[in-house]
Amino acid sequence: MGLADFFRRKGTSSIAKDRLKLVLVSDRAGCSPEVMEQIKNDIIAVISKYIEIDLEGLDIKIKQTESETHHGTVPALFANIPIKDMKSSKK
Amino acid sequence: MGEVIVVTSGKGGVGKTTTTANVGTGLAMLDKKVVLIDTDIGLRNLDVVMGLENRIVYNLVDVIEGNCRIRNALIKDKRFPNLYLLPSAQTRDKDAVSPEQMKKLALELKEEFDYILMDCPAGIEQGFHNAIAGADRALVVTTPEVSAVRDADRIIGLLEANEMDETFLIVNRLRMDMVKRGDMMSSEDVMEILAVDLIGVVPDDENIVISTNQGEPLVGSDSLAGRAYMNIAKRLTGEEVPFLDLNERTSFFGKLFGRNKRY
Repeated sequence: MGLADFFRRKGTSSIAKDRLKLVLVSDRAGCSPEVMEQIKNDIIAVISKYIEIDLEGLDIKIKQTESETHHGTVPALFANIPIKDMKSSKK
Repeated sequence: MGEVIVVTSGKGGVGKTTTTANVGTGLAMLDKKVVLIDTDIGLRNLDVVMGLENRIVYNLVDVIEGNCRIRNALIKDKRFPNLYLLPSAQTRDKDAVSPEQMKKLALELKEEFDYILMDCPAGIEQGFHNAIAGADRALVVTTPEVSAVRDADRIIGLLEANEMDETFLIVNRLRMDMVKRGDMMSSEDVMEILAVDLIGVVPDDENIVISTNQGEPLVGSDSLAGRAYMNIAKRLTGEEVPFLDLNERTSFFGKLFGRNKRY
């Protein structure tokens, strides 16, 4: 490891923190990244039948949100799906 | 009316038993009447950490099954007048006790003691549910490692689901030199991820191994970990204690002096 590498080296604690944050999202939601990917693909497939969506800007994830009924947090499916064009209007 | 505190973690080997022994002894040093209960049925440990392994006659399962009265099973720690241990059974398994029975036992002990500390087994099965059943507060112990923090998150979720009144976090075995280098998550990092209030940070301290070898809790000694445990005990009683500066180093002469004192 050269001197430049030494100074550029990022501590491994931030890697640990990032990995934990990711894994805890799926742990808390009780759903694995694979299942999440399947849900995402199915949603895309359904919506794409009617609407042309921007796959680049698509963001689907499970987030912890404040529960409205009792104290604490509950998982909620959060989806941000930018629309490129309404397919029906083209016809 | 006393208070029941469960010490739990999910992952094994992060320091639940050491924490129970030291925080409990710390509370006894603060003139509180304390009983420590080892709820890890089949894997008895708290007795050896406390150095009371040779005085066991009856155990937790004997009390639950009515083979003896509670007072007959409690081992009085001769070093501290207010400290008692209720050891676990070594030859039985977790199913010997139910959460309802533990709740009843906790209620009875609350009449006589200020603090009842439950040393919870690792895992999230029956033993965990037994240990948390009668508890008013939970202390979740973790180390700054991905596996321990992940399990702590799971435990915190389960405590919430079981409507635990208060949950506090203890970050154990922190190495400041590694945190400074950026190679270990800090207590702030862990707290941010788990979103639970911090009640103590215990540095990685070889004195813990030395004191456990001898069956004597470290709390009350001048070591960093000993002071950290005493601070947790004080915070549990409601006293506001600032967090230790873990960066402080013993000077060369301090070390010499400390070593001389030990002999």
